[in-house]
Amino acid sequence: MKTFYLREIAHARAGDKGDTSNIGLIAYRPEFYPVIVEQISVDKVRAHFGALVKGPVTRYLMPNVDAVNFVLEQSLGGGVTRSLSLDPHGKSYSALILTMPVSVSDEQAQALLQQGRTPLA
Amino acid sequence: MAARKANLRIGAGASYAGDRIEPATLLAEHGKLDYLVYETLAERTIALANTQRMKDPDTGYNELLEERLRAALPHCRRHGTRIVTSMGAANPLAAARKAAQIVHDMGLGPMKIAAVLGDDVLDYCRQHADTLPIMETGLPLSSLQGELVSANAYLGADNIVQALQQGADIVITGRVADCSLFLAPMIHEFGWAGDDWNLLGQGQVCADMVECGANVSGGFFADPGYKEVPDLGSLGYPFLDMAPDGSCVLGKVDGTGGVINRAICTEQMLYEIHDPANYITPDVVVDFTQVRLEEIGPDRVRISGGRGRPRPEQLKVSVGIKEGWIGEAELTYAGLGCVNRARLAEQVVRERLRIGGVQLEELRVDYIGLNSLHGAASLPTPHEPYEVRLRFAGRAKNRRDAAKLAGEVETLVGKGPSMSSLPRTCLREVLAIYSVLIPRSAVEPRIVMEVVA
Repeated sequence: MKTFYLREIAHARAGDKGDTSNIGLIAYRPEFYPVIVEQISVDKVRAHFGALVKGPVTRYLMPNVDAVNFVLEQSLGGGVTRSLSLDPHGKSYSALILTMPVSVSDEQAQALLQQGRTPLA
Repeated sequence: MAARKANLRIGAGASYAGDRIEPATLLAEHGKLDYLVYETLAERTIALANTQRMKDPDTGYNELLEERLRAALPHCRRHGTRIVTSMGAANPLAAARKAAQIVHDMGLGPMKIAAVLGDDVLDYCRQHADTLPIMETGLPLSSLQGELVSANAYLGADNIVQALQQGADIVITGRVADCSLFLAPMIHEFGWAGDDWNLLGQGQVCADMVECGANVSGGFFADPGYKEVPDLGSLGYPFLDMAPDGSCVLGKVDGTGGVINRAICTEQMLYEIHDPANYITPDVVVDFTQVRLEEIGPDRVRISGGRGRPRPEQLKVSVGIKEGWIGEAELTYAGLGCVNRARLAEQVVRERLRIGGVQLEELRVDYIGLNSLHGAASLPTPHEPYEVRLRFAGRAKNRRDAAKLAGEVETLVGKGPSMSSLPRTCLREVLAIYSVLIPRSAVEPRIVMEVVA
């Protein structure tokens, strides 16, 4: 097992509705989807975002497109239109989720290393 | 009803109020479109437009309407392309009259321009303010302190379909659910039944793919070394090739920049949905969980498997309300010790606000370059940066207190720590948006047709 940033195996896009952000997290390859489902849990995402998220976190699975969708309530500073944040829409939350650590099998790690990806120390 | 048209190509010409003009013109010229759709309303756009219309009753529609129509209309006339757009914003009628004048001036008649009215439910919301719960807080609408300036219901596709049936060449709406602008031409041209939920669900999935325009054709996707997008500066905007049975291929004009592949389609599909099995629209409740995306050629993706269930009984309404003022101010410290000087500046401003008795509902201080977007969740920076931009933002009930925050930051130069840039400040009124649900019966949509001979 080796640990990488989630960015090495997945990409993401964040959306907003009122004070709720959602982050679609998508595996680059189908083999990484189970890794995401197993390791990128609701609890871990809540811990990673910390004080940014004040409400419930929900995860929806979408195996049909190798993706999961995280819904983060009360996470946009009171709502896009009242927020004092420089990113009131939380568009950059997709970048934050990709800084989570994720462990992959030796075989998967080998393939990532061959692509020039760097593991975490 | 039997299908009337074998195939339908619908292009996305805009996805927000200030979107680029020339990609839509290129689509109109080279896209062989049946329909060109401009979606231009975000949650707050229509509330802002309402405040404009209150100042001048001839305004309140999209400011680029004339520029967009003048650029695209000659091509649309030549190719028989009809236009559907939410550029009417808070004043679809004035927008339709303006469009009619443009058509007349350019000698492009005969044409019919429909205004879809009825999304404005401000009177209803004012009358029922004590009983309408706010979706975000659960409290009644009347619990809000500020001045209610707008209330617009998200209308569905049905009124646009009616306008098309009446022969409109251009349909201009106010608040309509974004995807409904794309779904309406499908329903109209293919004669889809209003209760064929799976078909409508599939149509809605396809509409959802293009309603954010270039976000599915290369926009907001590039991450060098990970996700490459060729010719990002000349993105082509997307179109849908729809068949009467709902099968669909997403594409863009050959030779334009950008990329359409499975990865970007998946990003766009998940954008702004919550429960993917229950995405509520005015037309149908959409189920994305069986959707399949297949790359069938360069920049061509087949979309299938969208499903749906009966539409909701209620319509969502965006309510705009004035809720005080936000004052902001920023300045940059550079060189050795810059972060310590910025921290001292923060202490000084907080002390000045205390001495001045400035009343803020919330004060936020950001260190841009360190952690301004994600706070404590940011990755740690190994070295002190060479420069840091210090930002203050405060929300106050009244203008005076918000302005005083900006004023205190301005006085940092001369009275705060050394060696910074001059501050920049700004002051703006808060137009907050909340949501309520109202019964469909509270909305009385109607169509006004402008005819140019």
